[in-house]
Amino acid sequence: MTTATERVPEAMPESDGAWRSLRAFLRNPSAVIASLFLVFVTLVAIAAPLIYPEDPLSMVTRPFLWPGQNPQFPLGSDTLGRDVAAGLVWGSRISLIIGIAAMALGVTIGIVVGAAAGYFGGRIDDALVRLVEIFQTTPSFLMLIVLVAIAEPRVESITVGIALVTWPTIARLVRAEFRSLREKDFVTAARGLGYGHLRIIFIEILPNALPPIIVTSSVIVASAILMESALAFMGLGDPNRISWGSMIGAGRETLRTAWYLTAVPGVAIVLTVLALNMIGDALNDALNPRLSSER
Amino acid sequence: MLENRRLLRVLRRTVLQAVPTILGIIILNFLLLKLAPGDAADVMAGEFGAATEETMAMLRQRFGLDVPVLQQLLAYLSNLAQFSLGQSPRYGVPVSELIGQRLPSTLMLMVMALAIAFGLGIALGTAMALTAGRWPDRVLSLVSLFFYSVPGFWIGLMLIVLFSVKLNWLPSGGQETIGAGLTGLDYALDRLKHMILPATSLALFYVAIYGRLTRAAVLEVSSQDYVRTAAAKGLPPLAITLRHVIRNALLPVTTLAGIHLGGILGGAVVIETVYSWPGLGRLAFESVTRRDFNVLLGVLLLSSFLVIIANTLVDLLHAWLDPRVEVR
Amino acid sequence: MTAKLLDVSSLTIAFPRGTPVADFGFAIGEGETVAVVGESGSGKSLTALAIMRLLPRTARIASGSIGFRGRDLLALPEPDMRKVRGREIAMIFQEPMTSLNPVLTVGKQIAEVLRLHEGLSAEAARKRSIELLDLVRVADPHLRVDDFPHRLSGGMRQRVMIAMAVACRPKLLIADEPTTALDVTIQAQVLDLLDRLRRELGMALMLITHDLGIVGQWADRVVVLYAGRGAEEADAGPLLEDPLHPYTKGLLAASPRLDARLHYTAGALREIPGSIATAQREPGCPFVPRCAMALPSCRISPPPLEEIRPRRLLACPPTAAQEQANASAVGR
Repeated sequence: MTTATERVPEAMPESDGAWRSLRAFLRNPSAVIASLFLVFVTLVAIAAPLIYPEDPLSMVTRPFLWPGQNPQFPLGSDTLGRDVAAGLVWGSRISLIIGIAAMALGVTIGIVVGAAAGYFGGRIDDALVRLVEIFQTTPSFLMLIVLVAIAEPRVESITVGIALVTWPTIARLVRAEFRSLREKDFVTAARGLGYGHLRIIFIEILPNALPPIIVTSSVIVASAILMESALAFMGLGDPNRISWGSMIGAGRETLRTAWYLTAVPGVAIVLTVLALNMIGDALNDALNPRLSSER
Repeated sequence: MLENRRLLRVLRRTVLQAVPTILGIIILNFLLLKLAPGDAADVMAGEFGAATEETMAMLRQRFGLDVPVLQQLLAYLSNLAQFSLGQSPRYGVPVSELIGQRLPSTLMLMVMALAIAFGLGIALGTAMALTAGRWPDRVLSLVSLFFYSVPGFWIGLMLIVLFSVKLNWLPSGGQETIGAGLTGLDYALDRLKHMILPATSLALFYVAIYGRLTRAAVLEVSSQDYVRTAAAKGLPPLAITLRHVIRNALLPVTTLAGIHLGGILGGAVVIETVYSWPGLGRLAFESVTRRDFNVLLGVLLLSSFLVIIANTLVDLLHAWLDPRVEVR
Repeated sequence: MTAKLLDVSSLTIAFPRGTPVADFGFAIGEGETVAVVGESGSGKSLTALAIMRLLPRTARIASGSIGFRGRDLLALPEPDMRKVRGREIAMIFQEPMTSLNPVLTVGKQIAEVLRLHEGLSAEAARKRSIELLDLVRVADPHLRVDDFPHRLSGGMRQRVMIAMAVACRPKLLIADEPTTALDVTIQAQVLDLLDRLRRELGMALMLITHDLGIVGQWADRVVVLYAGRGAEEADAGPLLEDPLHPYTKGLLAASPRLDARLHYTAGALREIPGSIATAQREPGCPFVPRCAMALPSCRISPPPLEEIRPRRLLACPPTAAQEQANASAVGR
């Protein structure tokens, strides 16, 4: 019945975890497609001044051109005769800049707070957990509106505002990781060697806590882009820059007659955010092979 | 009896923990708003045209804006202790009155959105888990990832285009047909019709979140020994799923539900703008642009308070679902 | 010999990556206790799950039949099989800590099976549940019936599992390592309970264990399983007195005996060199890599379990030949 060819597979050769994760990531087709799409969006954002040297806020043709009506303006024109395609290209800059910068700032704050709380424990932990709780109890988008409105809407204030409402997520995560990692043998060993707290936190523990932070970071970029677009939609975007959200806000005025003005920039947001979330999922699978293989 | 006493202990613990959080929120929000350049006097003066230094000073004195910040904070706290949120300098009415007018609309919207998010999310997640790895799971996973990636305000606008403009099935905004003079059941139906689109737009993101959470939880629970025990009893698959799997899978889902309540309230601000829904979110947004900080502070406090109450309810629900929850 | 209640023959369970149970067969008579003995990974739990038709989805029954009261369970439609589970064949598991649903009271979990198979009302099922808790010697059953599992000790939970299993008076109770997770002091109590219920309710007991120590006291017959194949099968007394298969011998030498006389004279426990993992690669007898007396012929094909004398089956041709020679020498 049983044959000699049916065998338990050989143990996998030990290989570097990072490489294995990268390979797992690249084997996931949706992750590759999503990454390629993001590369494309990034290139477009960088090359915006070359593709559309004109100010995207200037009027270039007659208003209300539907997409496909005039090959020179493939996505049509808005109520004031501005080129929708140009707006889309320039808008990608705002989305990406704010998304990435807010994530970087939020993750940095979150790591510092979470690491301090998780590593030191005790009173510091109690106080920081309370702080995180206060931030998480206030509806974050409401808080964001208040922050941005108070500081006057500009790219910088929007970025800082988004970072201020996202760091608690990272802080919770990092705190949990640090609490479990600080009990590990290698940390005890590092203490025994007389390393300072900073060294233990950043050189010994942090690299081990990185995988979940990386996964969450990609999702945070996505949610930062969503938040920026919602702010811009409500008229709290940077008034001097065109953004996907502000295009939707402007398009809303003519929703009944020219709904494409709302639809087109929305699709751009959805695709970008979808790509980021797909990458987040794929990273999660690649960095936690145990969890994904069970499924 | 014993069960009720356990739930009471859980309730007391949650309430005690909430007190310092609430105090922190009050102080933080108060100071934050004081950082803002400009106050209600500035905006009002700007709107009335030229204003002399004297009128400005008079306005500030009337609103209590001329004393040091710390004193203002103490005044505010003592007001709060008497359950007063202060006056709106702008409208000259108590803040609580303004909020009271808007609160029911927002609460209804939230409850409806939560119900959709929970019901649809759990159904979606269970369906995905039961077909894990096969095509229904893949398709539904993609759908939920899509819901997770769509801005709520945009899907709201698209739903208006489809259901109000093109199909003319549902109203595009407001919370009731104004001047229709409907009563009874007709009125209720009219309100419901107005709520479907905004609640759906608000819920979709959370449908995705609860769907994904439920999927993971159901998969996790399905591999537990007690599920095998249930199968060994001869229970049919549906009974196993309903009685043994979902009940346990709900535990992690409800715990995390609390975290997202603040998010739903925040999302309501945008959705209320899209659908001209006369709720708290609109009020908050209007008071930001008008620098009507007493109203804004009231809304912020109330929404934090709502989140805390909702979290307490979630804690109780969790304790009721999971007999192992005890006071430490 | 009693009539056959369960008759497993040439059962082969295949996974995409191997065949953990191959060509395995044994039988259980009415009211009999049969111990299935083997180390972890030998396929004993999989065999039990195959009888219940509760194998993991990736597993496939490649061949064989499982006869039970005149039917082949493997050919039964799923709805009919559900009427067998919990009513005619019940099963208890190794981990009482995790085998009960944490959010339902023990009473509800026992009542569930009664309501399902016997159509009792909620009230009647609750009354029966209390009686069953009393039957399995749970103190204060009318209080415990409303307890959640986390309030009970491991031994108590296993008693609850047993109450649930015998609720519908099954013909066969499969106990998969029922005492492994329990304290030594509780082990004997639980096994005594199972034995008493077997006699009182007239059911057969399939006792899965890795511990030959408990076999002598509680089993009528023993099946030794190695790497998914039957190695030896005999009545409990003769098997323990005179183990034939090299693996059984090794197992016996490696188990602490409850029999104090032997225990003290036998001295230190010996372990069997090697591990069961090596068996997967063997084209012949799976025990060859660990066997001191392996012959070249052992490596060709797996030996079948053959009757060498009445009620004594062995899957080791060299030993069988030796036995034959001894027997004829004695006979001469």
